[in-house]
This record gives sequence, C-alpha cells and structure tokens, in this order.
Amino acid sequence: MKSYILPEFLVERDDYRCIRCEVCVRQCAFEAHRYDADEDAVFVDESKCCGCLRCVTLCPTRALTVRRNPTQTPDNYNWTREQLMDAYKQAETGGVLLTGMGCGRELPIYWDRIVLDASQVTNPSIDPLREPMELRTWLGAKPDRLDSQGEGKRRRIEGMGPQLKLETPMMFSAISYGAISYNTCEALARAAAELGTYYNTGEGGLRRDLYKYGRHTICQVASGRFGVHADYLEAAAALEIKIGQGAKPGIGGHLPGEKVSLEISRTRMIPEGSDAISPAPHHDIYSIEDLAQLIYALKEATHWTKPVSVKIAAVHNSAAIASGIVRAGADIVAIDGIRGGTGAAPTRIRDNVGIPIELALAAVDDRLRAEGIRNRASIVVAGGFRNSGDVIKAIALGADAVYLGTPALVAMGCHVCRKCYTGKCNWGIATQDPYLSKRLNPELAARRLVNMINAWSHEIMEMLGGMGINAIESLRGNRLRLRGVGLSREELDILGIKHAGE
Amino acid sequence: MFRGSSFNAPSRFFRDDKDFSGCSIFGMMDRGGGKVNGEPVIKAIANMKERSNGLGGGFAAYGIYPDLAEFYALQLMFEDECARSRAEEFIRRSFEVAEAGPIPTRSIPEVTDIPLLWRYFVRPLPTCLQEEEGEDDYMVRAVMHINVNIEGAFVFSSGKDMGVFKGVGFPEDIGRFFRLEEYEAYTWVAHGRFPTNTQGWWGGAHPFNILDWSVVHNGEISSYGINRRHLEMFGYVCTLHTDTEVIAYAVDLLLRRHGLSVDDLAMVLAAPLWEQIDRLPRGKRERATALRQIYGSLLMNGPFSIIISNRTQMIGLTDRIRLRPLVAGRAGKMMYISSEEAPMHLIEDGLERTWIPSGGEPIVAEMEVGTGMRAGVGA
Ligand code: SF4
Ligand code: SF4
Ligand code: SF4
Repeated sequence: MKSYILPEFLVERDDYRCIRCEVCVRQCAFEAHRYDADEDAVFVDESKCCGCLRCVTLCPTRALTVRRNPTQTPDNYNWTREQLMDAYKQAETGGVLLTGMGCGRELPIYWDRIVLDASQVTNPSIDPLREPMELRTWLGAKPDRLDSQGEGKRRRIEGMGPQLKLETPMMFSAISYGAISYNTCEALARAAAELGTYYNTGEGGLRRDLYKYGRHTICQVASGRFGVHADYLEAAAALEIKIGQGAKPGIGGHLPGEKVSLEISRTRMIPEGSDAISPAPHHDIYSIEDLAQLIYALKEATHWTKPVSVKIAAVHNSAAIASGIVRAGADIVAIDGIRGGTGAAPTRIRDNVGIPIELALAAVDDRLRAEGIRNRASIVVAGGFRNSGDVIKAIALGADAVYLGTPALVAMGCHVCRKCYTGKCNWGIATQDPYLSKRLNPELAARRLVNMINAWSHEIMEMLGGMGINAIESLRGNRLRLRGVGLSREELDILGIKHAGE
Repeated sequence: MFRGSSFNAPSRFFRDDKDFSGCSIFGMMDRGGGKVNGEPVIKAIANMKERSNGLGGGFAAYGIYPDLAEFYALQLMFEDECARSRAEEFIRRSFEVAEAGPIPTRSIPEVTDIPLLWRYFVRPLPTCLQEEEGEDDYMVRAVMHINVNIEGAFVFSSGKDMGVFKGVGFPEDIGRFFRLEEYEAYTWVAHGRFPTNTQGWWGGAHPFNILDWSVVHNGEISSYGINRRHLEMFGYVCTLHTDTEVIAYAVDLLLRRHGLSVDDLAMVLAAPLWEQIDRLPRGKRERATALRQIYGSLLMNGPFSIIISNRTQMIGLTDRIRLRPLVAGRAGKMMYISSEEAPMHLIEDGLERTWIPSGGEPIVAEMEVGTGMRAGVGA
C-alpha cells in the first residue's frame, strides 16, 4: 500500500561540509541515513526521521540541519496536518496510535499564567549567597500537634509516620527499568544520592546492582507486581503504590517482549521475551478498602519503617480520591497531571484523558485542608514541570515536593522526540539495545542531572529570597504570593489565587 | 481561600492581603505583681514617635479588673447602634452577663472617627457549651462568630482581668483617650503603628488579642498566607487580613491548646536553622526536628519583633535572622522589652541591665510564684 504520510522533518546535508565520516549513519537507529560507497555519498530517507537531532548534534562538521517539513497541507482549522497524518496512519495500519512522552497539546499551561511576588521596602529581600536559605523538606504523615510519649530511646511522637528527608523539594519520577536502560537508572540513582533526594523505580523492579542506592530509592508496586519481593521492599526508602499515571489514566502498561532481555526478565521476574503487561486496575484493589489493605500490608511487611505513597493520575475527582487515600493510611499522595510523560501510551488517551496538574493540586490541597487532614499526608505532584519557576509555583499552590520525569530525561540528553515506545532511543535512554544504551555514560549523565537540579534549587532560593522567605515551608501553600494573569474568575477560584493587580 | 471570611471592617478598607507596618513596641511587667497606672507606658511609647505615624496605637493591661476577674471581659467596637443590638442579642443568648456598659473615654481633638466602644463581663452559659468543650474553646468560637458573622461588630479583647485599648491615632493620644491613667496594671504592653497600606481602622490597631493572649508586633510576616491557612484548619478565622492576628492565634493554638512550652513556641515561630538543629545533641535535635516537621506551616518568616503576653508571662521574640530590633531590660522585679533602649531609661532610673537577644531567642518574663496571681490560661 502506498503510504500517504508526509515526512515530518527534512534532513538537509551540506555536501560541501560533509566529510563522509558516516557518524550520522551509525548514530541514527531509525536508519534514516545511508552511505553509498559506490557513489561516495550519504543519502537520507526522511520518512524515518523523528527529529531527535542525534545526528545533527554529533556530526563533526555540522553539515546537517533537520527542520520541519515545510510542505503545506491545505489550510483547514479542523483538518490540520497532524489530524490528516494520524488518519492516514490508521488507515494504513488499522492500529491504535501509539506515542511516547507527555501530552503536548495546546491545553492551557497554568504555570505560565501565574506570577510570583517579591518584597519591596516593607520587607527586606534575602540574598541566598549571603544568608541561610533552606529547602529541606520532609515527606510523610505528621500529627497535628507534638505529643511525645515514652522516654529516651523509646520516645516516639504520637501520629508521626516515618519521614523521607529531601535536601531539595524535587525528586525523580517513576520510570521503569525496561522503559529506560540500566545506565539511565543508574544515573538517576547516583544523582538522587548525591543530591540528597530520591528517585523512583517505576514498576519494573530494581536490579540488585542498584540496591546500594536504596536509601535514595522509592520502590513502586504496580498492578503487574513486577519485581516485587521481600528484598525489593527492604531495599527501598519508601514504597509507592501506583494506581495511575497522568499520561494514560485508566489504562495499564505494556512492555513488548522484544524489550524483555535476560536482565529485565530477572528483575521483573517474568520469562525472557514475554510481554510484560500491567493490567489497568490492580486486581486486588476494586475499592478504597482494598487499597487500605495493600497500604497496611506494605507497612506491615516493612515493619512500619517506610512511608507508603499512593500515586494517582489527575482526574476530575482527584480531590475526593486523594482524601480517601489519606484516610486509607497513605503517607504521601502523588498526583500525576495530564502533561506527565510515559514510555508508551495510546495517543488519544494521552491527549484527551485527565486534567492539568495545577488544578488538581489546588483542589487536593484545598480539600485536605477543609477536611483538616492535610498534615496526615504529604502531597507530591508530577507531570509537566519544565523549569524551577513551575516547581516553585507548585509549592506555593500547596505541594510538598515535585516529581521530575521528563526534565530528568532531558537533562540526560532526551530531545522529546516521542519515539520511546520504539525502543530505538538514539540518546541511549529509552532503549535496551546495548549498542544504543552504552551511549549514555551513567557518571556523566548523573553529573548533568546533579547540575540541573542544583541550578534549579539555586533559582528557587533566589526567588524565595526575593519574597523575603528563607525556608521553603513558609512558601508551601502560601498562595498569597501568587497571582494569576489572564485567568477567568473560575480558574482563579479553583487555583485559590487572586488576579494580578488585586 | 477567600471564601467564608466576610470582611468585618468598613467598606472603604482596602482588601490587601495583609497589613504592612513598621512599628514601635514596648512592654513592662512587675514580676512581683505591683501595679502602676498607664502613665509610664504612655511616656515610653511616645518616646518612639519616629516609629509610628498616627494610624494606630494601642495598649494591653493586665490586672485591671480584679473585682470581675472571674468573668471574661469582652470589649467590642461597633460601627453603629444596629451593629450593637445585633451583637448584644448574640451576647445575651450565649453568655451570662455580669456587667455591661460603654468603655470610659475622654474626648480629645487628636482622636476622631470613633466607633462605639463597649465592654461586657461575661461567662459562657453552661447550656451553650458543646460536649467536652472548655470555656476557653467556647470563647474562641464565640469571638470568631462575632467577628465573622455579625456585620459591623468586632471583638478586640476577650480575656479575664485584662483589657486591650486601641484605636486610630498616636499611641499617647489613644492612651489619653481611654483614660489609661485610671487603670492599674502589673503588665502593660504598648504599640505605635506605621502602616503603609491600611487606612485607619480601629480594629486594625495592635495589640491583637484572643482570650488572655495579646500580641504586639513590629514587622511583616512573609509567610502569612500559609500561617493563616494552617490556622484555618484549627478553626481560627482571620478576619483582619493582618499578620499580627495570625501570631495571636498561633500562640493560642500552641501554648493553650497544644500545651507547648515557651521555648517550643519560639522554636516554632522563629525556628532554628536546620544547620543549627543538626548540631544539637540527640534528644534536643529530635524535638527541634519534630517541631519543624509538624509546625513548619506556623514558622513566621520575615522580619518581626513581637511581645506576646498573658496574665503571668510576657515574652519577647524576634525572627530567626533578627531583621527587627528588640532589647530587654531589668530593674529589680521590673522587666522591660522594647524596640529601643531609650524609653526604658526614660521611665526607669534603676535599670540594672539591658541586653539584646539573638534572633529566635525568646525573652521570658514570668510572674513570681506567690504573687497571688492565678496562672493564666495555658501558662
Ligand atoms: S556525520 Fe556529518 S560529516 Fe559525517 S557523514 Fe554524516 S553529514 Fe557527513
Ligand atoms: S531520527 Fe534523529 S538521528 Fe535520525 S535522522 Fe532524524 S534527527 Fe537524525
Ligand atoms: S527518551 Fe529517547 S526516544 Fe524517548 S523522547 Fe527522549 S530522546 Fe526520544
């Protein structure tokens, strides 16, 4: 069948610059470049290019340019080029459209419509280079009041759950071994340890080589229960029950058999080469009481020494659901917004299901406060953070900390080309191909992660100082330091902020 | 978050997030229980005129109603007679009223635009108390009710054997207006205000009071938004949109309801840095850590110095990095806390020692035992 799909990108080679080194040929796992020895020329099949810019970045003579294919489809507000191409693709394959990474649709990004305050005159701003500035954050259940019981070593505080100590309110989101390479997992683990924060294993289990970073690891328990065993729970600093994911609320996951290598099969405890399917629901959780049972089972299994988080996708009733989760005994509620990333999701689900994290966060924080149970759990939000400005706004809206997924991958080289589900990530991230995954050096990638988080932390300190605040807890939930720009009354009400100028 | 708090101030009052003010504060306590009239404290606060601009002054006096010490002295301001009858209807329904009448004042040209000022000596009707509710909790609820729901009425003082006197004007004028030379108190606290953003409103002057607790404050609380939201979870409704109000409620919550010590209170309001906490010996470190973990939302961030008082204590405190001034002084049984040192010398010849506390370090003056003073609530 003749394909009607237009190449998304044009790959242009400046032949005068090209030295026929074939770097581009070797770097493109999609095989877009081809060297013809007879003609001593490099040819491109643009239909294979996904715009990951690997060849462009590595070409030693900068001979390559990749740009959007300028070919125009007929002007039509409804039938844009994307809509046409998607329809052709489905007409040609009969399949569900698959994609990777988070929803990139033109849904409002509230972070961009919210601005921060700063001190002038009546309240001195603080320079974080000269004055103390504290970002330390604790995640876990806290009582409403300090009431200590017992003496000396046996002393405990009534209602105080086990706590995670974060030196900066940013953690790395759940991304499973399987979706990403081992090197990438190692880089995340190392960086989390160096930064004094945590990374999350996702649902793919934990390779024993990484147990040494356990004190900085949040281990996930998802509907497939892959890789969940006593040592795994023991190795973790905290556990997370994954109910949903922002990129694909309401559906499960599917790691194709080709990606299930020997090591992955061992880690996930499934046969090599078999598909790893996470069912949409947990088949032992059909109601909130069932969730409570699993929370307590995990607490019991770890002798009540580890906080248990429950992660949900941001959907319409997130506030009520979060309240139920807190009452079911979770120490942390993690909420993942519609722009959250994924290794693979059906395009239509990713782009149409769920709500923006800003609104879900505001609603959840409000609800937990209205019910007087905000102290009983920490709120962690994920899905759609791009820079420290987004992060600090989330904290001012009421989050205790954020999970960074896509930004962490970007720090390591990801160009958000959305082809993670193919397993051919040219940047060595979302792949199990040893030829590709060795492109990512865990030590260098960890350095990039640490640099980025340190830079963001510093920016957060600057902004806090500008507001005359020297401890992050004084901004958490302090929505008076936020203003909306160009938002409707309804949006402002839900976000619980005033309009700029008010 | 702006739901549910009907703003009980005149309509011309700007709805700013909070109040921004620079100020003078002064407190004096005779730890032996000896009483003096309001003249010295007026003289002291007047000496710091540079720090106020005539838009607010006020006093708290302890020990002034010995004959009615069993009753809560509810002092209210009303916009008009209608507001008064609305409030009185509620008061008569909820309390046994031992005595009621206007607060004595003298008319002077410096003080104008005066609301109706009344006081009521009351006791909760036992039938009104909810199950397991103490009289103090009931009082807090009643005060919140009047301030939020009764249009044009505002409770500015609600303790026993004490009263707050405040209004728009320079503090020395407010003192004369309320005839403070006629009251005898063992603790006096005063405030002169320099607000930058609020038009004069009587309720917005300091001290802020709830039950026996009064707070005077110099500074701005940058963490106000979250302090207030945290207190809302415990039933405190901030009606004034000022940061001083949150300090008063935080003190009530921490000392009275949660039973913390004054040192713990200081560790919450002006928490030590993590760096300092990490260096403490284990027991202390665990307590300090727990306090910050649990009460992080009540950390008062931003420049402040405050004097918190109740019937047996007077506590001075500055923010953790000491962005506002505070000095303490002692002369025998007299303890002084002030924004500046000069006023202490002005009214006290026998000053033995003056000192400047570090940021976050509380100065605590406490009544000596055996002075016949009943322990104040929560003390
Ligand atoms: S990498 Fe650059 S120089 Fe090398 S073959 Fe490709 S286009 Fe030519
Ligand atoms: S897919 Fe990436 S590496 Fe391949 S041609 Fe396109 S930009 Fe270059
Ligand atoms: S992880 Fe790799 S495949 Fe996925 S979007 Fe990033 S660069 Fe592309």
